Order: sequence, then structure tokens, then C-alpha cells
Amino acid sequence: MSTKLTREQHLELYYFMQLNRQLEERLVKLFRQNKIVGGVYSSLGQEAVSIGTSYALEKRDWLAPMIRNIGTLLVKGFKPRDIFTQHMAKYTSPTHGKDGTSHFGDLKTLHVVSPISMLGDLIPVMTGVAMAGRYLGQNIVAMTWIGDGGTSTGAFHEGLNLAATQKAPFVLVIENNQWAYSTPVSLQVPIRNLADRAAAYGIASRIVDGNDVVAVYETSKAAVDECRAGRGPVLIEVKTMRMKGHAQHDPAEYVPKEMFEYWKTQDPIARYESYLAKHTLWDAKKKSEIDARIERELDEDQKFAEESPMPAPETAEQGVYCDGCHTIAADWRRPKSEVMPPASSVEAVWKVTDFGAFDRPAARAASAGTGGNGAPPARNEPADVEVEKQPPLRVPFGRGPKDRSVELERRNKLAEKPARPKPHKRRRR
Amino acid sequence: MPEITMLEAIREALFEEMERDPTVVTLGEDIGVYGGAFKATEGLLAKFGRERVIDTPVSETAIVGAACGMSYLGLRPVAEMQFIDFIACCFNQVTNYVAKSHYRWGAPVPMVLRGPSGGGVHGGPFHSGNPEMYFVHTPGLKVVYPSTAYDAKGLLKSAIRDNNPVLFFEHKFLYRRVKEEIPASDYTVPIGKAIVRREGRHLTILSYAAMAHVALEAAALLAKEGIQAEVIDLRTLLPLDRETILGSVKKTNKLLIVHEDTRTGGIAGEIAAIVCESAFEHLDGPIARVTALDTPVPYAPPLEEHFLPNAEKVVAAARKLAKY
Repeated sequence: MSTKLTREQHLELYYFMQLNRQLEERLVKLFRQNKIVGGVYSSLGQEAVSIGTSYALEKRDWLAPMIRNIGTLLVKGFKPRDIFTQHMAKYTSPTHGKDGTSHFGDLKTLHVVSPISMLGDLIPVMTGVAMAGRYLGQNIVAMTWIGDGGTSTGAFHEGLNLAATQKAPFVLVIENNQWAYSTPVSLQVPIRNLADRAAAYGIASRIVDGNDVVAVYETSKAAVDECRAGRGPVLIEVKTMRMKGHAQHDPAEYVPKEMFEYWKTQDPIARYESYLAKHTLWDAKKKSEIDARIERELDEDQKFAEESPMPAPETAEQGVYCDGCHTIAADWRRPKSEVMPPASSVEAVWKVTDFGAFDRPAARAASAGTGGNGAPPARNEPADVEVEKQPPLRVPFGRGPKDRSVELERRNKLAEKPARPKPHKRRRR
Repeated sequence: MPEITMLEAIREALFEEMERDPTVVTLGEDIGVYGGAFKATEGLLAKFGRERVIDTPVSETAIVGAACGMSYLGLRPVAEMQFIDFIACCFNQVTNYVAKSHYRWGAPVPMVLRGPSGGGVHGGPFHSGNPEMYFVHTPGLKVVYPSTAYDAKGLLKSAIRDNNPVLFFEHKFLYRRVKEEIPASDYTVPIGKAIVRREGRHLTILSYAAMAHVALEAAALLAKEGIQAEVIDLRTLLPLDRETILGSVKKTNKLLIVHEDTRTGGIAGEIAAIVCESAFEHLDGPIARVTALDTPVPYAPPLEEHFLPNAEKVVAAARKLAKY
């Protein structure tokens, strides 16, 4: 079993994955009953990605899902009823019927930013979220997802490049599910690993088996921790498979049957169930308890959604502008005086050494200063090339005592220590 | 008080808002050490530092996207387009992400997107544009286009304090050509309010930005012929100040609209429709318009002069309308 997770957390991962799957299965049924207004974009076979990545985030952190990341919304605290009502365009939905599917969010408490259909746009937006969080001293990490197809957009490049130059605490998950609608990934990009893109941005990257929820979680957790420590963005490629068509209308006949057959053997929930059994983290009773809970919750929320009214037609006219309906206030976690003059004032010059020359050592000697061309060093810079840099932007953090990882590390350390007699009894935790 | 230019007024607005409110940050290409292509942000970096004056890569989509993300945490970013023509590069981010945010999921985007616009400086097809109507056609945005130093400062402050995304067009021909004394006190000019620049009774000339000055010049020439033109400066294109427009038309009964934007799909068409819908019986003549040609902005000075409206063209159209 993973040393990074408690038993309860292991079981919670199962709960969320199964909730994700069962919820989507119900959406498919509702679609067939004509109760869904738009499309249903199945994440069947990809549940470990949504759950494993978002589970690595803390409450204060921000995420922005893509269309197949309903699971991340559940992990962050939205309820199945929010998903049902969104798909059914009900007035009780988070957007009151203004938008559907996973296109909703919550700024104030859950810290979820709504996606849009244009791929890649969330990458610069979440970079901005990460930069603002750092500016306000909030010690947050921002995470978003992009498909293998979405990596071909201009916004992907612009956003990731800005995040890299800003060393923003930002995790980008490339969810490589092999298919961009009907086009295989091999026709989207000429490289085997999408994670290789990271080298071009000078940021760290990882590749992980997207159908292994524990591996996805551990990889994501490490990335989130790195970001929080101020080491800049991390790109994670998860390799997985879209087991249905692009949406309900698409039978995905273009996918070779053998490919589906292979990936069926890799089903993330079946794999995780064996894992839990192997590590004796549960038994049949526990599983049926969790499954029953999911059934109950979904019954209740589906009923709520089906019984909810559609929005009144005239509400279409409302809400184009914020006319004072929202209070806009920043949550400052550092003294404002730090960003106000005189503390904020600097000498407005670029420091340039080595002049960007081909022969760097010679040029550096000639300039005898510090700085590079103002750019921070790339992560993959060879160790023997010493690159000085401007003082980095303030990263006002380390991990706080409330950070889940701190608590877990402490527990793990305790667990590793050989038992020895203590002068007094340790209090139970 | 000494006179200051429109450019200086814009810079003052940025300084004062950043001093007043630490949530105001700026980002854009070359805005820091260099001070911006037109020096609108000169001096900001030295005073407010790299966290608040962010030099970005050449990435308009990233600039607008990041500004939007920042605004979700309660910041009030002011993003610069080096030339407003480049807003085409981030059209999707502006019209689909930013503009629809509040309507779709109730997330306000209190950001400003500002940049130098307009022709008359021989910038050619990619540095002279007036792309305002793409955005006037986009619900969720506000579009502001001042013509004086006083208005530029007051409207930029209003834009920064607004809870909605505001596109702030700065006519680069006016940057250093219009000057005036500006009050030392903190003042704002409300978004969505037009202003009557000159009273008249024979016809109304509606305009904005550089063409507001052309309209005033024409009105002065017309006055010598005994034609009293009322000149209105729209200042804000979205939302339009229908009240001021209709009030003036009801008074003068004739309307001439002048804009530097190209003719087809320019705001003249929209205003003509509003007037026909709401004040048709007050009209004593056809609604006339003087606009740029339906071509890209040409580079050579004789071509650009032919392309742009000027006082002579406005006078000729006004004369014809007054006689009608």
C-alpha cells in the first residue's frame, strides 16, 4: 500500500472513482431518456486520472477541470446533484441553466474555475490564478487538465510558457487518452511522450500510468509539493484510454477493437479493487458499504435534479454584467505594505551577463556581472553551466503545519520508527 | 496646474490607482523596464516592482488569460496590448472566456485591457486599427474610447474600479496631441455616459475618439456658414448612452455619425437603428454617416488620408444634411 495515504484515504479514492463512474452511467441512461439537454462526455476508463490528480490538492488550492474531469469536481466538493442539474439544464444547477456539463465553478469556497469548450484557454487562466495566489501570499497551487489533442493549441504554448517564465505554482496534467475526437494521438503530435514538451519550457515533467490511481496520486502529490515549494510548474502526462466515443453520439467505431480489448484489462477501478484486496485495505463488507452509500447519494441527487424546474425564460436576460451583485475582495495572506512603495520599488534595469553568447564562459568573464539575459535558468540546464539569475519572485512559503503532506510524513515517520519503551504513554491520535 | 497630454493622463491614472489599491497590477509586453511602446507605463516598474509590473512574453492570449485568472482571486489587473490590433491574437480569450464568465457561471472579471489604437500616424494595416466593434458586439464587455486627457484619466480609473472586463482604447494620434489642465483631486468619469461637446440646433454630429476632434473642427467651419451643429462625444461605446443620443436627435432632428472605424458594421449602423426605433418621428432627414472606407488601413500618407474621415468630408455631409 501507498505510504503516502491512510487506509481511509485509500478507501476515499475508491469512493470517488466509483462515484464518478456510477454518476456518469446514470447520465448515459438519462441521455437515452432524453432528459439531458446537451451531450454527455464520458470519462469511462479515465476515472483514476481525475481522482488521483485532484486528490493531491488541498482545500485552498485551485483547479479548473476539462470536460472529462467530473471526478475532480466531486473531489473538490461539488455534489452529484450539481452534475445532474448542469446536464439537465435545471434552474437549480450551479449556473442556473446558463451553461451545461462541467462548465461551472466556484470562486469563493471551492476554488474551482469553469472550463470553456475552446481547448487550452484554461492554461493561461490558471497560470494567472497561480500568479495571483503567490502575489497575495496564499501559498496555493493551481491545477488544470488538457487532452492530447489540446496540446496542439496556441493557448497551450502561450500559457505554459508564461507559467514557466513566471515560475508559477501550476500543475498541468496532460490526459493522454489516445484520441482527440476521432484522430489518434500519433497524428496530433510526432512524439511518443507528450511530457517531452516540458523540456522546451525548461520545466519538470513526469509520466505516469493513468489507470493506476495510487501512482497518479503519488505523482501528482509530488508535483503539487514541488510547486508549493516554489520550484515552478510541473507537467504530468498520464497515459490512459478513452473507452467511449468523444460524446454519447459517437460510437467510436474508428478505434481498433483490439485496442479496446487491451485497455479493458487495464480498467482503473478493477485494478484498484484488486489492489485494495491485496493490501487488505478492505473486505467485501466494506466495499458493499461504500457502493451502497454511492447508490443512495446518487438516487437522492438524481431525484432532486429530475424534480427541479427549468429556468424561467426571462432569466436569460440576467447576469451579463456584474452590477454590484458580487463583492470583489482579495484574501491577503501577506502584508500589503510589501507590494506598496517604498518596499516595492526597484531599480528598473535589466541585468545582462554572458550576452546570450554562444561562448558563454568567455562572455561571462567579459561582462563580469550577474544575470543571464534576465531569464531564470531552465531546469534541464547542464550542471556545469552556471547560470546566475535575478532574485526570484518572492515565494512566501514552505508547507504549513496544516498541510496534509506534513501530517502524513509525520505519521509515516512514527510508523517507521522501531517500537521502544517510552517514559510516558503516547496520547492516541 | 500645468497642462498634460492624454498619454500623461493615462500614466497618472495607472500610478494613482496602483498607489490607492494594492490589488491593481499591470502586465504586458515591454511595459516594465522599457515603459511600454508609447511609454504609457514608464516609471511604474521602478515604483511598484516586478510583482506588480509584469513584463510578459509576446503572448496576447497568455496576457489576457492570466489577467482573467488573477481577477478571479480579487486582483484588478490592467493588461496592455502593445498595439490594440494585436487583440486579434487573443480574440477567443476575450470574447469566449472573459466576456462570458459572469453570465455563464457568475464569476466577475474585473480587468482592464488597454492599448493604443487608431490611424493617422501612418502605421499601416497592422498598427492603425479600430477593432472596437468586434467587442461592442460581445455582451459582457464594456468598451471605452476617450478623446480627451481629462476623460482618459477619469474613465481609466472607472474602468479599473469596475467589476466587469473593460476594453480601453487609447487613440495614439491623440496621445501627445491633446493637452489640458486636469484637477489634482481624485476624480472619475462614469462609463456609459456621452457628453455634449458643443451645443447646436440644426443637426447632431455624433462621434468619438479622434473623430470627436474632427467633428468639432467641422462644427466650427459649419458655424461660419450659419449651421449650428451639436457635437456629441460618445466616450463609451458599450453600453451606449441612448438617452443622450436620443435627446440630441429630438432637439436637432438630424443626425450625422462620424467614425474612424470602417463603414460596414461600424457603430453608425447600430446608432441609426436605435434612432429609427426610438425617435423616427423626430427625424427631418436621413441619418448620414462619414466613416473610413471599407478597406484595411493603407500605409502611404496619401492613401491613408483618403481612407480616413476629415473635417472637409464631415462639413460636406453636414451641409447636405442641413439643407435636406
